[in-house]
Amino acid sequence: MKADTSGVLTGVHFMDGDHAACEGALAAGCRFVAGYPITPSTEVVERFAARIPKVGGVFIQMEDEIASSIAIQGAAWGGKKVMSVTSGPGLSLMMEHIGFAVCTETPSVWVDVQRCGPSTGLPTQPAQQDMQQVKWGSHGDYEIIALSPNSPQECFDLMITAFNLSETYRCPVFFMMDEVVGHMTERVVIPPADQIEITPRKFTTKAPSEFVLYATTQDDLVPEMVKAGDGYRIHTTGLTHDERGYPVMTVAVQQKMMTRLIDKIRNNVHKLVDVRTDNCDGADVVVVSYGITSRIAHAALDEARAKGLKVGHARLVICWPFPEALFREMASGVKAFVFPEINMGQMVRELNRAVAGKAKVVSVPHTGGTVHEPEVILNAIMEAAR
Amino acid sequence: MAKTEIRIGGLGGQGVILCASIIGKAASIFEGKHATLIQAFGPEARGSACSAQVSVSDSVIGYPYVTSLDMLAVMSQDAFNLFAPTIKPNGILLYEEELVKLNDRLPDSVRRYSIPATRFAEELGRRLVLNIVMVGFFAGVTKLCSFEAFRSAAMDSVPKGTEDLNLKALQKGYDYGVNYSQQP
Repeated sequence: MKADTSGVLTGVHFMDGDHAACEGALAAGCRFVAGYPITPSTEVVERFAARIPKVGGVFIQMEDEIASSIAIQGAAWGGKKVMSVTSGPGLSLMMEHIGFAVCTETPSVWVDVQRCGPSTGLPTQPAQQDMQQVKWGSHGDYEIIALSPNSPQECFDLMITAFNLSETYRCPVFFMMDEVVGHMTERVVIPPADQIEITPRKFTTKAPSEFVLYATTQDDLVPEMVKAGDGYRIHTTGLTHDERGYPVMTVAVQQKMMTRLIDKIRNNVHKLVDVRTDNCDGADVVVVSYGITSRIAHAALDEARAKGLKVGHARLVICWPFPEALFREMASGVKAFVFPEINMGQMVRELNRAVAGKAKVVSVPHTGGTVHEPEVILNAIMEAAR
Repeated sequence: MAKTEIRIGGLGGQGVILCASIIGKAASIFEGKHATLIQAFGPEARGSACSAQVSVSDSVIGYPYVTSLDMLAVMSQDAFNLFAPTIKPNGILLYEEELVKLNDRLPDSVRRYSIPATRFAEELGRRLVLNIVMVGFFAGVTKLCSFEAFRSAAMDSVPKGTEDLNLKALQKGYDYGVNYSQQP
């Protein structure tokens, strides 16, 4: 279906990434945000709070991130598309409820404008240090989806993708920005509503007497949903539950539920690959990057190519699930991968796992607070090309 | 056009970010170029030294930061002291002449243009429009974009009801800049 015109600010804007992310959410149909504003993500909710009364929806500033991360899930079960917005310290507080969203299959978008940690760290300065936390921070096994924009335009465009994916897979989708992308201002083109494709919630058409909350088929592991107030008697819980949503404390039910929750993502990993490649065919070295670092890598790539090196660039737009198969295949054709990240080497672990020794993998870590010097990435490329 | 790298410097509250935003908007929305604005974010944006970086280019901008400064516009002595040494050879300095005194931090080859922007703003009725006078001056001296683009960007950026005053401020700075750069 097409976007609802009331949330779409069609036009050409000069806008920062935080504001563009908010506009993306509004265009995607997000009508409920609960948050506890935190630098450098504050402008996302600040704008949402200002815009939502005219669009029609609710923003609540909650007492903390724990409350925010569960309030959105209540609203999702009330039928709304929902989002919470935070940065590192807030994300840490949300961990328990991320697991709840996974277990209850609550469509939700979680924006993390990353700043330096650990702890309160450098609040106003960039990092990419939460990349593994969103995948593993909540207890238990689970699969989630995470996207990483590198410009205000992508904060708008990919936010719509994020909401659509959260409806398709009924799982938390993380929007992994960073302080630079959040506060960088560039041209943002917002198309007319009829050019924005929106994935509607998969509401059931079954009668209340026939509807089973978590019933799925072999072909489609994502159950249908209902919304509170429509006359369906439902029960949803973070406890291990059967198809009806009722707690059942058995190994068999745990196995069945867990397998489906994992498989609904893992069986579709091939559909969840978004890697933007540039000159990777025939390259000796491929630079892998995501978010703001992909733009910093550009400067190094230009320099390296000017020196005659055959260097490709593979930019992760979807970081989770990690596109293992793509890199496993690419590994047989290249000498080395160079992976700069504004952390001490997080997603490079996944790359190492995928490449499994078939090519050299060079991590270019950064402790955070700013972006890499392009020369540092260039030196790593030159070293790797030897 | 290769990438043009610009920095605006002053004190928090002077409208440094708005100044940079109007330049970026003029280029990227009203003249079809690419522009990236990176602003100081933190305590410095709220009272002490404040600055913003704008890159303008005909092609997509990858690396977003200023590395080789083509143009510096400053509205405070601190900003001048900090950033003047970073202007590249034959680059351009624009400065508010009552707030900034040149010193030996400025490389010799830099072309310099001064304006009594605060006085002009006061003559127009509000000292607050100092930054818009500076944008006009920047437009007149650098001709980075057409005056039309700067005017549209400024009108799109200032609060409703202040358009007339801001337009006068922009025009004042622009005319001064054009005349200045036509002097031998």
